[in-house]
Amino acid sequence: MERFVLKNFTLIRTVIAILLGVAISIILIVVISNSPGYSLKQFFLGQLLSRSRLGNIIEFATPVIFTGIGIAIAFQARQFNIGAEGAFYLSAAVATAFAVSTSMPAILHIPAILIVAALTGALYGLIPGILKAKLHASELVASLMMNYVAYFLGLYLINYHFRDKDAGFLVSFRLPETAWLGQLVRGTRLHYGIFFALIAALLAYYFLYHTRLGYEIRTTGNNQSFARFGGINVVKIIILSQMIGGAVAGVGGMNEVMGIHHRFNWQLSPGYGWAGVVVAIIGRNHPLLIVPAALFLSYMNVGGQVLNLMSDVPSELVAVIQAVIIILITANAFLKQWKDRITIRQAEREEGVHEPAS
Amino acid sequence: MQNILEVKDLLKVYPDGTIANREISVAVEENTIHAVVGENGAGKSTLMKMIFGIEQPQEGRIFYRGTETEIRNPHHAISLGIGMVHQHLMLAPDLSVAENMVLGVEPLRRTLFLDSDRMVRVTEQISTENGLAVPARKKIRDLPIGVKQRVEILKALFRNAELLILDEPTAVLTPQETEQLFKTLFYLKENGKTILFISHKLREVKQIADRVTVMRDSRIVTTCDAEGLTEDDIAYLMVGREISHDRIPTGDAPGEVKLSVRDLSYVDDDGLPLLKQINFDVRAGEILGLAGVEGNGQTPLINALTGLLSGTKGEIKVTGESIAAMSPRTIRERGLSHVPEDRMENGVADVATLEENFIVDRYFKPRFSRWGRLLWRIISEHSRDLIKRFNVLARSSKTVVGSLSGGNIQKVVVARELSSDPTVIIAAQPTRGIDIGSEELVHNLLKEARDEGKAIFLVSADLDEVLKLSTRVIVIYDGEIVKHFETTDGVTGPDLGPYMLGVKREEGAGGTIRP
Repeated sequence: MERFVLKNFTLIRTVIAILLGVAISIILIVVISNSPGYSLKQFFLGQLLSRSRLGNIIEFATPVIFTGIGIAIAFQARQFNIGAEGAFYLSAAVATAFAVSTSMPAILHIPAILIVAALTGALYGLIPGILKAKLHASELVASLMMNYVAYFLGLYLINYHFRDKDAGFLVSFRLPETAWLGQLVRGTRLHYGIFFALIAALLAYYFLYHTRLGYEIRTTGNNQSFARFGGINVVKIIILSQMIGGAVAGVGGMNEVMGIHHRFNWQLSPGYGWAGVVVAIIGRNHPLLIVPAALFLSYMNVGGQVLNLMSDVPSELVAVIQAVIIILITANAFLKQWKDRITIRQAEREEGVHEPAS
Repeated sequence: MQNILEVKDLLKVYPDGTIANREISVAVEENTIHAVVGENGAGKSTLMKMIFGIEQPQEGRIFYRGTETEIRNPHHAISLGIGMVHQHLMLAPDLSVAENMVLGVEPLRRTLFLDSDRMVRVTEQISTENGLAVPARKKIRDLPIGVKQRVEILKALFRNAELLILDEPTAVLTPQETEQLFKTLFYLKENGKTILFISHKLREVKQIADRVTVMRDSRIVTTCDAEGLTEDDIAYLMVGREISHDRIPTGDAPGEVKLSVRDLSYVDDDGLPLLKQINFDVRAGEILGLAGVEGNGQTPLINALTGLLSGTKGEIKVTGESIAAMSPRTIRERGLSHVPEDRMENGVADVATLEENFIVDRYFKPRFSRWGRLLWRIISEHSRDLIKRFNVLARSSKTVVGSLSGGNIQKVVVARELSSDPTVIIAAQPTRGIDIGSEELVHNLLKEARDEGKAIFLVSADLDEVLKLSTRVIVIYDGEIVKHFETTDGVTGPDLGPYMLGVKREEGAGGTIRP
């Protein structure tokens, strides 16, 4: 039993954190709500009650998988680039502009548009990358600031040059149908883009753990001076990791436009980049763990919407409950003492297995 | 005689599951110098930490002056009369000697202001009382290491230490400074203090200890009088087998020059000249040793040789080719390999697996990757082979390097650097902080490499090591080569000392090395 705990400690800690978060939210809801039983049910199980809500879970998770992977690739090189939000937004705007200005058969149009989105994201990631590698400017600050640049640049592009004046809203022209990602299930907004997200996760995993460049990125992140010592060009890797991360987030942005709205309609930045940071941390920067992490975050999010809609619990508190759960999951020292005690007991029992470290 | 300290059946397990001490029972007699010896990782430091209250044992009892005591923390230990001088000195570099001396018990004027005059007075007083001269007003930063250590000792005495623990105090000292320290320790003993002294240098133990405790594999092997014990006896007890410590005989006559350095200079960003007109050659089939007190330019020199430092003047040639414009990888491709002085900083990525650490200089080669894809099966096979050949104690090639002991981590580094078929090997502090068994292995590997005709440049703070391995020795002081020994036959540590301290220099030493 104890051995099992040690082996799967991170998983168990995550589960316990979630359960604790759930317990705290139960307490909060019981205190706040006049009909706590009903509210609780809506929050935790409301997601499962209709096809459209189930669809919502996947719908929200799709862009977050992209931004989460984008963030994770830069994080793996220990580059705290949090520009996924900007890359997502700007790439969607630029690729929308490209999509409405070109016409080709779908089989060419969709990849071409996604390539434009990826390039935009990569160029966008290049800027904090170069600033970091050449001028030692903090990529955290640079990418944070760049998010505003991306937002206003994207808005300008759409509102002044590609705005559909007949639409009655501030939105871009509608994409030609050759650029749409088809609907998957009727009655939901699910589209083929979820497959792109899953493929991106698999590719990112393969890239990070089975290619030379992936090894270089991880080694640079694990110990930069070791990487340099071994002959890895860390300047190149610092820049590339942020470009690749930006490209993935950028594809995520356009994937969303092509799959759901079929036009660029974000007058506010949608926030998937920030969710991506959370998901990358919960998924410990591992592309294959990011998928369940995104689904989990999405499940909570949809639960929050349902709760907000169907009960008397205000949306502000829903946000608080979500935050508590996320903080518990990401707290590394949480339950550490418990783990230490087990380790010590184990070691005493199987005395002599470990050799003493110096 | 009375025991000042006695411990019984201590058990210490660290949170990562390492059992560092078990069944530890030992008594320290008052007014003696008691040495604790053992290989690195044998558990000496852990035992000292428990006595000083930094760590708590899971089981066992500690008696101080006959009373059972639970030493809760270092504060408590100090109040009992236990003082400790750590291996890495714990002084505030920007404060003066006097300020460091009274840290935590500062004399005050009108209960609010520091009384700096009194600080200096008490410092000078404690200094004369114990015959240990220190400059009270100078900043710690500006003092040589031996003097810093003296400050640490005085600091403990100022806090009324009766039992003084020293953790490998000679590791950072020159032979002359070591002599000075030993005089101090004898003086303190004569004045009624008890000294508990950790070392893995057997000669020193023989020289000053009254009693010796030998530890091995987290246990105490024996505690006995130093009288009548030979160095070989102690070595045998420490390792559990006999160790050869004869000087390794020089190989055949050295061949052609493989590494040559001409007029190498370097001025750092603050305008300090760290390397001054350095000249030397290393030939195939020889080991050139670089002796020197740490911080005299060794680090920038190594970095310049390996392409990790830019902005140097002068010329470095590896197998006849200037490396001026080359990246670290290109230099490696030209046949240079590098065992770095700080293995945790440069030698490994401790959160990565052994495999990932073994391939950092070769993952891109056709053998290990194709079309940008890493061939993990071949990499694993290669890693298992290295683990076996270099006797690394690890469960598998997927073990995380950080979970290994220091000696085994060093074996990982050495295995990688020696298996790349280099022409020139830069070996910096190749056996620092590792156990005797691993040390012997590394020494033999370097010797084999030498006999195979590699050119080896050995940089080490351990004089015994330099003298034992090197064909020739150069001495560096303040960024300059101040002495060149054409042979190491008959050369001893004290011969090198005055040059290392800058007291003596051979005029034109840099020049005489020119062929």
